[in-house]
Amino acid sequence: MTFYNRQLAFEKYSLTQDLARVLPEDVERVLASSNLTSDDFLILLSPVAERYLEPMAQRAHALTVQHFGRVILLYTPLYLANYCTNFCLYCGFAAQNRIRRDRLTLEEVAAEARLIRVSGLRHILILTGESRKMSSVEYIRQCVEVLRPYFLSISAEVYPLEIDEYTQLVGSGVDGLTLYQETYDRALYAAVHPRGPKRDYRYRLEAPERACDAGIRSVNIGALLGLADWRLDAFLTGLHADYLQHLYPEVEVSVSLPRLRPHEGTFQPQHEVRNREFVQIMLAMRIFLPRVGITISTRERSGFRDHLIPLGVTKMSAGSCTQVGGRSHREAETGQFEISDQRDVPAVKQAIESRGYKAIFKDWHPIVAAGVDMAGRVAL
Amino acid sequence: MNDVLRIGGRDLSCRLFLGTGKFTSYDLIPEVIRASGAQVVTVALRRMDFDTPQENMVKYLPPGVILMTNTSGARNAEEAVRIARLARAAGCGDWIKIEVVTDHKYLLPDNYETIKATEILAAEEFVVLPYMSPDLIAAKKLVRAGAAAVMPLGSPIGSNRGLRTKELVRILIEEIELPVIVDAGLGTPSEAAEAMEMGCSAVLVNTAIATARDPVAMARAFALAVEAGRGGYNAGLGPVRAYALASSPLTGFLHDTEEDRGS
Repeated sequence: MTFYNRQLAFEKYSLTQDLARVLPEDVERVLASSNLTSDDFLILLSPVAERYLEPMAQRAHALTVQHFGRVILLYTPLYLANYCTNFCLYCGFAAQNRIRRDRLTLEEVAAEARLIRVSGLRHILILTGESRKMSSVEYIRQCVEVLRPYFLSISAEVYPLEIDEYTQLVGSGVDGLTLYQETYDRALYAAVHPRGPKRDYRYRLEAPERACDAGIRSVNIGALLGLADWRLDAFLTGLHADYLQHLYPEVEVSVSLPRLRPHEGTFQPQHEVRNREFVQIMLAMRIFLPRVGITISTRERSGFRDHLIPLGVTKMSAGSCTQVGGRSHREAETGQFEISDQRDVPAVKQAIESRGYKAIFKDWHPIVAAGVDMAGRVAL
Repeated sequence: MNDVLRIGGRDLSCRLFLGTGKFTSYDLIPEVIRASGAQVVTVALRRMDFDTPQENMVKYLPPGVILMTNTSGARNAEEAVRIARLARAAGCGDWIKIEVVTDHKYLLPDNYETIKATEILAAEEFVVLPYMSPDLIAAKKLVRAGAAAVMPLGSPIGSNRGLRTKELVRILIEEIELPVIVDAGLGTPSEAAEAMEMGCSAVLVNTAIATARDPVAMARAFALAVEAGRGGYNAGLGPVRAYALASSPLTGFLHDTEEDRGS
């Protein structure tokens, strides 16, 4: 039994019908209850609940402060390569797009690391396009070796792997996995992934479970909001996070809420998520899953990101660059998506602190890689 | 009366310990410590940024305050042990709060792994204060493993739900010879006073102070409550009775000597 089976069970029901039946008193009942069921979560995602954004925001804010304090962890993405064998209609890196393909050498990885390190950031997310050949597990592992002296936490957003491959990455110092299912609408998933290994919906869906089985410390999941009906995708993202949290209580589960951005290629969002809908998703997620982390990337505009801070965010990217080698010597080339928040790290930190929150750069200390063995010998 | 709490060879006059995880500004920390009078402050190794002094919370601790590194993030005994050794190697001293949490939904501690970590670290002469679920048998094993105190939760971390585990904590106070320090869940000063009145040796508070509108004022309020609760305990609280103590007792006649003789 995996989340795949769980999702199949849900597909028998019409969420649209359930959503249409929600009454204002249902929303009020949910807002007054302390432990939410999945039905309650759906109620908070309903069109009717849109009228209750303010009380939802108050509740979400209180829960976040209670469980996380007024503290936001900063991280930044580092694109290692953009070779890709997939044909995702919505992505700038897709194989059919005629963009310059590149992969950082280990020396270039070190150069990027030094530049990021100067900004004070200690948590990093490494990304590759989906090419087992050009960005092999061995290549990723070598990059991690290079990055380890610079960073305290290294998460990876790479193509889905086998358990033993995740085990290798964990062993080399990767402590987090980010993997977006893109959409939980299986028919649409097939339509927007016409070719390439990514067509295997189930293999991708079950990857977070494989990473957890391999001993990863944190897992971040999400759907690309705007691809399919956002209510369905937000609902299943929440259920997926809840499932992982229940099955792997030792893993820190978080969700990202990436909104589809303009990018290279002709596909544009079919179900654009308005700001108030985006906020509704975040609030419902926080109220349903009080202890789950919520990550907001620089896909969102700076002003909007700042307004989101008190609503449930626990982690934000800063000083982002979606081009391979974009921080060091490379000329500007096409990134994976357009960045909407262009501020540097001090500006993001300042924005967070001006709202009475603390921006932190460190929330993990590598304990395996640091070289202390069980006999107490320390090699710092 | 000189009411000191002795742990790890140190005499503590303040029975309020502070957690630091949720403060919005590190500049607040010295003020909060001053207002609370706290002598023991816990900081997670995962949050200590040794490379950036202005981001390193440890630098904000006033001199004389005991740093008790906590092992937040440890998923088992081995990881807790590694964190403790790293902390000692980094110059954070010997006081360690063992926090082995394998449940990220409620953040409840794993007593079994906590006992194992305590045994290893106590043997290495750490001053070990384990965070635990209030279970008598686990507490006894922690004593045997060499803990310097036991720190049962009042309710889940950050829940502000108060002393929900009261009956179990009471048993620890009665049966365990080490200091019993309620850690986690205390949401109000009155709950801290309640814990102290029943005989806890100290309380550890983070969320309720750090997330208050005015953390400095709340730290002071908690300090007063802890002092009041301890004072009540030391003064010898009257026994709580389930029945009234009648001023015209029904058995008064038994005290009448003649009646008692049956004459």
